[in-house]
Amino acid sequence: MSQHDHDSHDAHGSVSSYVVGFVLSVVLTVIPFWAVMTSAFDRATLFAVIVVTAVVQIFVHLKYFLHLNFTKEGKLDTLSFIFTAIIIVMVVALSIWIIYESVLMMMY
Amino acid sequence: MSTNMSAHADAHHEEHHDTGRNTTFGFWIYLMTDCILFSCFFATYAVLFMNTAGGVSGKDIFDLTLVGGGTAALLFSSITFGFAMISAYKKNKGGTLFWLAVTFVFGAVFLGLEVYEFHHLIHAGHGPDKSAFLTAFFSLVGLHGFHVTAGMIWIIVMFCEVSKSGLENRTVTRLSCLSLFWHFLDVIWICVFSFVYLMGAM
Repeated sequence: MSQHDHDSHDAHGSVSSYVVGFVLSVVLTVIPFWAVMTSAFDRATLFAVIVVTAVVQIFVHLKYFLHLNFTKEGKLDTLSFIFTAIIIVMVVALSIWIIYESVLMMMY
Repeated sequence: MSTNMSAHADAHHEEHHDTGRNTTFGFWIYLMTDCILFSCFFATYAVLFMNTAGGVSGKDIFDLTLVGGGTAALLFSSITFGFAMISAYKKNKGGTLFWLAVTFVFGAVFLGLEVYEFHHLIHAGHGPDKSAFLTAFFSLVGLHGFHVTAGMIWIIVMFCEVSKSGLENRTVTRLSCLSLFWHFLDVIWICVFSFVYLMGAM
């Protein structure tokens, strides 16, 4: 029974792991909002700040809130997420690529 | 009665545990397909957001203070749902109900701000019928809002189930699915506020 408790503690997170995830998320949310609202940087840097903090925060959520991991129990969840992420990159990035290229071609 | 119950639970413990695992995995697969639905809406927005038909663009209509408030409410609701799950695994019924109620309130604040924003925009003549940009914007943010609404109805259902029948394994499995759903919506919101609001307002 204590073994099970230990397992569930690891798999479902604890108060401290939720607090760590929460604090990291707050920091990673405040940085891009502050940067955009005060126009702290030029456009290219702002763009990079938004993308980097968003991607890092997604990983924070996946680890601390959704508890994705590579243990025997959690592996399938993580692998199915990675598969979905590849599909999403294909759907979003290729759509944008195709449409923007066709817009450019129509201009000339 | 209670010893009888726990003996019963122990005898079927492995079986219940495995079934619960399969259920949450199946629900996770559903969430992955939902991810792809959202990614199609994001791709549509990315393709259409410059087509403002001579009307307003994101820079003119996005109110970052409002969005920041909604983001904060959703983040708080994420950690309070985490506390509800920790209480549920500890079989602490009162704690679970309390944190579920707190999560519901934060979700309601988020939805309230979004409804206010939509009402304000439509009232000012920037409804979803004005340009391709506004159609894509209302569709994407509205789709997320519909999911949050569904999550809040589910929270009410789980609140009733927990208060009526306690925290049996079956109920905890359902709460785990709701937990995945709620945290998943927060991940989608990160993409919405970053790629729609912040990039639109910059």
